[in-house]
Amino acid sequence: MRLNLRVWRQKNAGTEGAMATYEVDGVSPDMSFLEMLDTLNEDLILRGEDPVAFDHDCREGICGACSLVIDGEAHGPERTTTCQLHMRSFRDGDTIDVEPWRASAFPVVKDLVVDRSAFDRVIQAGGYISAPTGSAPEAHATPVPKADADSAFEHAECIGCGACVAACPNGSAMLFTSAKINHLNVLPQGSPERETRVLDMVAQMDAEGFGGCTLTGECATACPKGIPLPSIAAMNKEWLRALRKAPRG
Amino acid sequence: MAVSGLIMLGYLVAHVAGNLKVFFGPEEFNAYGHWLRVMGAPVLHHEWALWLVRIVLLAAVVAHAVSAYQLSRRDIKARPTAYVHRRKRSSYATRTMRWGGIILALFIVWHVLDLTTGTVHPGGFEEGKPYQNVVDTFSTWYGNVVYIVAMLALGLHVRHGFWSAAQTLGVGSARRERLLKVLANALALVLTAGFVSVPLAVMTGVVS
Repeated sequence: MRLNLRVWRQKNAGTEGAMATYEVDGVSPDMSFLEMLDTLNEDLILRGEDPVAFDHDCREGICGACSLVIDGEAHGPERTTTCQLHMRSFRDGDTIDVEPWRASAFPVVKDLVVDRSAFDRVIQAGGYISAPTGSAPEAHATPVPKADADSAFEHAECIGCGACVAACPNGSAMLFTSAKINHLNVLPQGSPERETRVLDMVAQMDAEGFGGCTLTGECATACPKGIPLPSIAAMNKEWLRALRKAPRG
Repeated sequence: MAVSGLIMLGYLVAHVAGNLKVFFGPEEFNAYGHWLRVMGAPVLHHEWALWLVRIVLLAAVVAHAVSAYQLSRRDIKARPTAYVHRRKRSSYATRTMRWGGIILALFIVWHVLDLTTGTVHPGGFEEGKPYQNVVDTFSTWYGNVVYIVAMLALGLHVRHGFWSAAQTLGVGSARRERLLKVLANALALVLTAGFVSVPLAVMTGVVS
């Protein structure tokens, strides 16, 4: 396959960026999107040019490191992570636009790499439990209803990639935050901090400069892990409950 | 946004029900208009209940507009750079919430000046004769156009707004998703159809 790539190039956070056009030849349909970019970078290095910077790590679709808005869609046309997107989703001769996540809370570091540490700070605000951990406890010691366990697991699937923020026209992090809150708040292990967790994480989310939710549903459509849109309503419910239960100054 | 929106939505349901009384003829419609003024009597003084409703509505409109402004400002700030590769995002009703809201705000101003104060009313506005006033307004082409366009905008606004309000207030869930969407669509349809039926009736001579 031969492809035309239009890639966002930006030297660093302080400079202006622009789209640059590259031609990539010899692309196999079995390559992942990132392997295709590797091919481009090898070529750029041989030509003595600066390779395109992009985030990646496990390349198995489980770490949440890879990002990229491909043809206007977070993680591209398939509902998966960029590393699990294969070139068979494109056709020979296609022109593909590759851009970084866009949100003021995710500033561009270089080219396609953005700083997602805002998510880390949201997690630090309450995305943890204080119950002692160690070796795996006896499974029957703390019974969890099946429905709650399923819900917790569904939300625990969030890999924190930020596709929800990238897809949201408001740059809102409601889906991410709701996944983290719903994961822990339904479990007995997460109960001690149930109220403070939702209040603190939402406050941190707001402080990071993420936008407000207008329920466009773009986040849930883009989420590679299928976190559903009603998770946001569940978080709002927890938040309202926490306001009543834990009045603080 | 959610609470003020639901207050206005509740009012609209009562409003459309009242409007449909126009189909029972001038006497009944005018008597209904009169009742709105003596609502709550003899406990409440003349027009007190009406003014109470007006004050609550005004507060809801202001709260809705202020929070819409704040939310929009925040959202635009959170996503200052647009993607180079643009594609159509979300449903039409969702995308038109801001402009739809502005259209509705302008419509409300015209609507009050037209049929409440009579300031911009075509022909002679007569206090206490709402039936004739309604017929006068919908006998002009622009009255019909403005009204029908605004009611279509209302339908779209309610379609996304009602469902969103449920999510904001934490009522939404995976199980209720379908129910809430159906309810939002039904509300939008009933309100738009109900309101639009009045100018259509005047245009076709059913109400004259």
